[in-house]
Amino acid sequence: MIVRIATEGQYELTESDAEALNELDNRAVSACEGSDEQSFDATFKELIEFVRKHGQPVAEDRLEPSDVILPPPDVSFEEAKAEFSGEGLIPG
Amino acid sequence: MPGLSGRMSTVIKAKISKLLDRAEDPAETLEYSYQKQIELLQNVKKGIADVVTSKKRLQLQEQKLRDQVVKLDTQARQALAAGNEDLARTALERKNVAQTELQSLDSQIAQLEQQQEQMTASEQKLRAKIEQFRSRKEVIKAQYSAAEAQVKISEAATGVGEEMADVGLAMQRALDKTENMKARADAVQELEAAGTFEDLTQLGTGEDDIDRQLRQLSSSSEVESELAKMKAELGSGSPSSAGELGAGTPAGEPAQAEQAGPSQGQAP
Repeated sequence: MIVRIATEGQYELTESDAEALNELDNRAVSACEGSDEQSFDATFKELIEFVRKHGQPVAEDRLEPSDVILPPPDVSFEEAKAEFSGEGLIPG
Repeated sequence: MPGLSGRMSTVIKAKISKLLDRAEDPAETLEYSYQKQIELLQNVKKGIADVVTSKKRLQLQEQKLRDQVVKLDTQARQALAAGNEDLARTALERKNVAQTELQSLDSQIAQLEQQQEQMTASEQKLRAKIEQFRSRKEVIKAQYSAAEAQVKISEAATGVGEEMADVGLAMQRALDKTENMKARADAVQELEAAGTFEDLTQLGTGEDDIDRQLRQLSSSSEVESELAKMKAELGSGSPSSAGELGAGTPAGEPAQAEQAGPSQGQAP
């Protein structure tokens, strides 16, 4: 699967990594919904590090859409929360 | 995948499909997408230039602030040499604020530098993808039926479109940060403009808002210890002895006597 870290680039991960990624993602989401900034920051950082560590950077001449797009590494808690109110980081 | 990441990709994909819906003929869609990509690449170049310009402006302000620190330090010495301890304290308080601002400006400029590098790398990546799209679109136009072409186009355009959206996002974030820094630097410049020696001499009648703010902002203990250090350097034990500064200076420190000497002439 291809994962993009927004503003950074695409990484290719194996399908078995997807489960761990999903687990981290769900934790980040619930931290966000529970307005737990500290827990969100830690989990999100872990999520980004996971992708960087386990993923292979996608070659520049490959034109493939990502399966998953993560917010920018420097996303603020407020921005992350806005992500759930529907408008999203990249408004339509 | 549910949650945060799922939402992000949904938003981007919706944006891209909106872009593709505009044209119905595959060849037209390809050309339209390509044209949009080239436009964005131009915007990215412009965005990078904007970041560079802002960075230079901040560096200029940083230099001014550095000069201001030196100037306020000199003014504090002059005031102390003239026996005006309150004035010296105010100058040191301003210096303290300027130094704090300088530190934060330093780290902001470093951040901006990093962002500029990242954006330049993104621009190159986008350029490579657009080039790839250009050659692929010719293959698609030549080899596929209209129905097949539609699918191929969608794949290729989504890949580039995502890259475009991402570079656009990175650019927007860099520019937003730059705007915040500029606003902050402008505010500092106003403080800086108020911190001239001439203004300081007016303080005898009372403090203005800025001074009160400055007092709150600066750490008074730091100012006091610096003031004490300066006093020791100047060899002026008490403000009342300032008139006889020349005589009071220890013989072993001719450099400091020189420093104190001319300052008396400039003092009000």
